[in-house]
Amino acid sequence: MIDFDYVRASDVGDALSQITKHQAAKFIAGGTNLIDLMKENVEQPTRLIDITGLPLNEIQETQTGGLKIGALVPNSDLAYDQRITRRYPLLASAILAGASPQLRNMASTGGNLLQRTRCLYFYDTATPCNKRRPGSGCGAAEGFNRMNAILGWSESCIAVHPSDMCVALSALEAVVHVAGPKGERAIKSADFHRLPGDTPEIDTNLARDEIITAIELPSEDFSRNYSYLKIRDRLSYAFALVSVAAALKIEAGAIKSARLALGGVAHKPWRAPDAEQGLVGEQAGRKAFCEAADIILQGAVGFAHNRFKIELARRAIVRALEQAAAGTPQSQSVKVIV
Amino acid sequence: MQGRPQATSHPPERSLLPKLEIAFRVNGVERRVALRPWTTLLDALREHLDLTGTKKGCDHGQCGACTVLINGRRVLSCLTLAVMKDGAEITTIEGLAQNGELHPLQTAFIAHDGFQCGYCTPGQICSAVGLIAEGRAKTSDEIRESMSGNICRCGCYPNILAAIEAVMQGSET
Repeated sequence: MIDFDYVRASDVGDALSQITKHQAAKFIAGGTNLIDLMKENVEQPTRLIDITGLPLNEIQETQTGGLKIGALVPNSDLAYDQRITRRYPLLASAILAGASPQLRNMASTGGNLLQRTRCLYFYDTATPCNKRRPGSGCGAAEGFNRMNAILGWSESCIAVHPSDMCVALSALEAVVHVAGPKGERAIKSADFHRLPGDTPEIDTNLARDEIITAIELPSEDFSRNYSYLKIRDRLSYAFALVSVAAALKIEAGAIKSARLALGGVAHKPWRAPDAEQGLVGEQAGRKAFCEAADIILQGAVGFAHNRFKIELARRAIVRALEQAAAGTPQSQSVKVIV
Repeated sequence: MQGRPQATSHPPERSLLPKLEIAFRVNGVERRVALRPWTTLLDALREHLDLTGTKKGCDHGQCGACTVLINGRRVLSCLTLAVMKDGAEITTIEGLAQNGELHPLQTAFIAHDGFQCGYCTPGQICSAVGLIAEGRAKTSDEIRESMSGNICRCGCYPNILAAIEAVMQGSET
């Protein structure tokens, strides 16, 4: 870790003015990802601005029947909040599928969105990585790429976004509220994270001088037919090989609306609106679910160590949709997949 | 001797940014310490306060050996900057025994042989204290999942689970 100085921000305006003044500064909240990356010298801020004193830790009802989650609400508080478990169980389930109780006690909602990839070559400063050092090359494409992308990757980067929470937020079409020097704006979750293209060093569309203030959940909650299914190398405390957030609205056996988002497969939570649209009007069952999986994965291309993910994702999509349709979501403590 | 680098008597001086004064309560005792901003809570406890019961395992948030309780919640001290915990109430493994009596979880870990080498044990026990305080995990599956942030290289998981279940059922043995 390099030497850095430490200041506290008193409110959002103060935080914004401090980040503008110091170009190599970073905000810190839970610190679970940033401190680790600083120990590895992947992140080298010369100043940390502590935002944990900001008044952003409430969960509030919105006028449109949704919920607005303050950016500093810890992941565990969010996952166990009764408004979340009752109305947005898909989100609660996805959060509990990630990390460990200790990390969820520390990590903030806003920080979860800003997690950086766990690609081995991003972490290993002895190897090339276009995300860590633009122009240096990609170590993963011809390296050990078991955990890497099968969708939406580019020649310059095949990293995946590590979050589980963001996969559920994407399926629920959450909105990210941010504040910056020019005022406030709202970013749809589909537009928050980005694909790597030629600039993999940029993970999100949040500007350097902006701060996340809240995440808003729309009123449509999919609390009846949902499942978050995460497949990984060990049953707990591991990042996803593939994860699926599935949410359905079913009337008399027919699908009225569908949401599907994949984790562990791309640089951002992966949505496929054409596959979701294709499910509408179909009978909720294996045939329609297989067709949806085929649509999502038709452009998937894997690498030497991760081609298995394409078939794994196909099966996980079908299984998660079956769990959602049956009203039997995947348990995050009983690990048997039924 | 030719061909060998000369050892310098003093390492070169490096100017570091100033230390910051912080105060927190550790195991019920007010402690004041001046630390560099990059000092983790884990290093503050072990190297500055001589509380070496909290263990440094991976130092990257992947093993749980450094688990302590901050304001009653279990967290990883290796990924916590000490300067960010000014004014906090911190409990480590050294603070669990009361009036010379071991905490029920400590007694249960001994009775159920919940360790072999013992290196992960302070983290396991602090994590279990947090788990019981949260009051959410009830079944064996839920306890296992809720303890999944604490890795035991010796593989004592069945006995760790038995120790925690015994305490939850009101018995230590």
